[in-house]
Amino acid sequence: MTLSEVTGVSGSEGNFTVAVKEHPRYVDMSKCIACGECAAKCPKQVDDAYNASTKKRKAVFVKYSQAVPLKYQIDADQCIYLQKPGKCGFCAKVCPAGAINFEDKEKNHEINVGSIILAPGFQTFDPKDAGIWGYGTLPNVITSMQLERYCSATGPTEGHLIRPSDGKPARKVAFLQCVGSRDENKCGNGYCSSVCCMYAIKEAVIAKDHVPGLQTTIFFMDMRTHGKDFDRYYQRAKTESGVRFMRCRVHGVEPHGKDGDLRLHYINEEGRQVEEYYDMVVLSVGLQTPKPVVRLARDLGIQLTSGNFAATSNFMPVLTSKPGIFTCGSFAGPKDIPQSVIEGSAAAAGAANLLATARNTLTRDKTFPAERDISTEEPKIGVFVCHCGSNIAGVVDVAAVADYAATLPGVAHVERNLFTCSQDTQDLMVNLIKEKGLNRVVVAACTPRTHEPLFRETLKSAGINEYLFEMANIRNQNSWVHAKEPAKATTKAKDLIRMAVAKVSPQVPLRQLSVPVTRSALVIGGGLAGMTAALNLADQGFPVHMVEKSDQLGGFARMLDHTWKGDEIKPQLANMTARIENHYNITLHLQSEVKEVEGYVGNFRTTVQNKAGDKTVIEHGAGIVATGGRRFRPLQEYGYGEIKGVYTGIEFDTLRKAGDVNVREGKTFVFIQCVGSRQKDRPYCSKVCCTHSVQSAIRLKKEDANRKVYILYRDIRTYGERELLYKEARQLGVIFINYELHGKPLVKHDMAGIQVEVWDHVLHRPLFISADVVILAEAILANQDGKKIGQLFKIPVDADGFFQEAHAKLRPVDFVTDGMFVAGLAHYPKPVEESIAQAMAASARAATLLSKESITLEAIKATVDVDNCDGCALCLDVCPFSAISLMENTDNEGKISRRIDINKAQCKGCGLCQGTCPKRGVFVAGFSLDQINRQVAAALAG
Amino acid sequence: MSYEPKIIAFCCNWCSYAAADLAGISRMEYPSNIRIIRVMCSGMVHPETVVEAFNLGADGIMVLG
Repeated sequence: MTLSEVTGVSGSEGNFTVAVKEHPRYVDMSKCIACGECAAKCPKQVDDAYNASTKKRKAVFVKYSQAVPLKYQIDADQCIYLQKPGKCGFCAKVCPAGAINFEDKEKNHEINVGSIILAPGFQTFDPKDAGIWGYGTLPNVITSMQLERYCSATGPTEGHLIRPSDGKPARKVAFLQCVGSRDENKCGNGYCSSVCCMYAIKEAVIAKDHVPGLQTTIFFMDMRTHGKDFDRYYQRAKTESGVRFMRCRVHGVEPHGKDGDLRLHYINEEGRQVEEYYDMVVLSVGLQTPKPVVRLARDLGIQLTSGNFAATSNFMPVLTSKPGIFTCGSFAGPKDIPQSVIEGSAAAAGAANLLATARNTLTRDKTFPAERDISTEEPKIGVFVCHCGSNIAGVVDVAAVADYAATLPGVAHVERNLFTCSQDTQDLMVNLIKEKGLNRVVVAACTPRTHEPLFRETLKSAGINEYLFEMANIRNQNSWVHAKEPAKATTKAKDLIRMAVAKVSPQVPLRQLSVPVTRSALVIGGGLAGMTAALNLADQGFPVHMVEKSDQLGGFARMLDHTWKGDEIKPQLANMTARIENHYNITLHLQSEVKEVEGYVGNFRTTVQNKAGDKTVIEHGAGIVATGGRRFRPLQEYGYGEIKGVYTGIEFDTLRKAGDVNVREGKTFVFIQCVGSRQKDRPYCSKVCCTHSVQSAIRLKKEDANRKVYILYRDIRTYGERELLYKEARQLGVIFINYELHGKPLVKHDMAGIQVEVWDHVLHRPLFISADVVILAEAILANQDGKKIGQLFKIPVDADGFFQEAHAKLRPVDFVTDGMFVAGLAHYPKPVEESIAQAMAASARAATLLSKESITLEAIKATVDVDNCDGCALCLDVCPFSAISLMENTDNEGKISRRIDINKAQCKGCGLCQGTCPKRGVFVAGFSLDQINRQVAAALAG
Repeated sequence: MSYEPKIIAFCCNWCSYAAADLAGISRMEYPSNIRIIRVMCSGMVHPETVVEAFNLGADGIMVLG
């Protein structure tokens, strides 16, 4: 349901009634073909919100070119006809599909659901009202969103970065960070928006790619690149792309001269006043919850934080204060794409848990007639040439194309349709296939990427195999891009149809594979992430085997006391441990390790060995790797292990709790951050240490306000609403001193005790602190077992030893190997709530598999040509999915022959094997070498 | 008639083929002497196919992925 909003919710967990208001679109979605004729004729120009007002759109519009559904809508406030009926109405006159409906009305729906997920997103801060940055008055001051659009191929300048004031190419651009974040004076947003540092670096690098020689400077307070691989990107931006970084908050932008240049006045790290001139200034705007969302939350009775984000517990990071209502994404605190995607799956896990008993109660199966056997028939190809209204027919001579198609070998019938995708044409196609005995179909129309599934269904309805089909893309890749060359477009359309006919002629029926699923899971690792995933899956009704190397559950979390929101960890762990030990669906294997793995998605057989050497074979459909991390011991640094009073953060927590006299009576405490993190041998941020040290510092100050507490840091990374802790620490008098990697603090020991020396950037001199206790914020390392487990399950680990997910942003808990998922510290250092969210996400992803009795796999797969394959095994190395293995056969005469074997469940049909094989020993069904060669020959035959 | 080269482009279904579709949606214009062949991955294109295309008269070949 698009253009819809929730207007009310009643009921409770398990039984909500949601009132939804659906606004009129004024365009019939079933008719609109998104050709854009309406927008071409619409006379009303409107600021385009998608392009952050850098561009105009029309009153009838599609939000952006990749929008789903790709259907136009009318902006009723701007439409001339809707404002003054009788006027204009051009769109309705030109729409070839008759899709415009000015009579469309608002509809109200009531929906009964068991659970609700709130994912309303964010808006960016509007810097206009604050005034000081000149946004809205100085044309060359733009927001990061606007820069994004300028650098985009679909933006106002097709990717050319120009100055809005005079259209000249930009040469010097400044980025100002924390506009609308970490700033209570100008916007009231005290929190850190978490994403702006990283996006500013990305934009600076991309802008430099667009404009050779462009100079970029990012003015920042703390560089918060705490995500996986983000610090590496930051370093590369500095050293390879030449982005300049300046630690300073700039408090204003002034015009310089009359040409639109801008003047920045700031104080650099050496304390000098500097004036610089820029062509453009980009404001890195922060994230905030839109007002209507705040209202909705209030109406639903959902608690919000002081920053207007949904209040959640660290132990249930996707559950709102109201049972049954989950949340995810930036409504639950500002966050980036990977974490939003993780939370999306986590919220689904929460809801699925609640609704487990209702699973599959409302589903229906579609039925199709039995398939006709065409194996003995000669090709009888039906070609359907689509006019797409005037989209194709307005450029291409469709009649000539159809006449030509009828002359092609194997073509038995040609038909032209106004819209081949319309329901009446589908019915016509079904009848024609049956009547004329067609056994291959070519549709010359738009793109298979959107319409192939529709036509495949039509073939199935007509009782022939759905793969006996090919599309000729004569709209998107022809009439739309050659509108001014109708004769050439007509020739090209003929060629494309000839190519499609050549390809479909040798096509044989293909069958989708159905693989049964063992509906249970294996969870490796009994830490917080593993426990969370196991409990969620078990509660959903799936049997779970949990393998833990040590003799107890809890993992790294056993060393922690509190989450950043102050929730106590130990009682939660005890509660979860008890639940796991007693859960009827969980089999616990303590002091056990994975030894062997066989099988593939839906059908793994894993051998687990316990301490006594006993082996158990576990059959499971999915696996979750939650093998955790370990802490760095900074031997040989900062006097650790040599000087009494120098501890790691975790050791310090233990000593403090135990009432250690040195800690209890200590007067001066020095925290040193990034110990083992963000340096050459370990170039990543451990993500949790800043917040941990700040929290410890607050506690020390609260216990005794006279204590002196110092935090020596490189960048304070209290992202999101953790920023409030940083502020509290400063208010309590904790002293923060910045140091750089090349000037690490020195820790010495003499008669007077511990001396810490650090360079003070404000005073421009070394500072000596006599400390009672020095706390080293140690890095989190990957577990050493990772590589071994990676090899067993064929899942990769990265250069730092953490497991490598399938896609950093879009598939953050999946592996390239289907059926395996990752969660917790095994993936990257992260705080408790992020481990839990990721574990729930992994569980949700595993449940999508386990909830089915069998999985259907696409038929486009590699197939061995048994006559040609000689087992040279060149394809084994190139297969990215480890789907190929080498088989050895001995025939009756004792002769040994080799041949590859393809695991169809693992194969994704990419055809790297086909591209590599020198002997035509392997081909991808539907894209065989023969078919591609025929297409090439047909393309060049014209 | 002026010389017009024949160009064959092998486009990956997941990226460049989608980009070619998007070029259409955005009504960008480019010369019409290009013939796009959709493949499931640019790595699927066999060297033999490329040689064969040149033999059959292609003047240029693009493998986009």
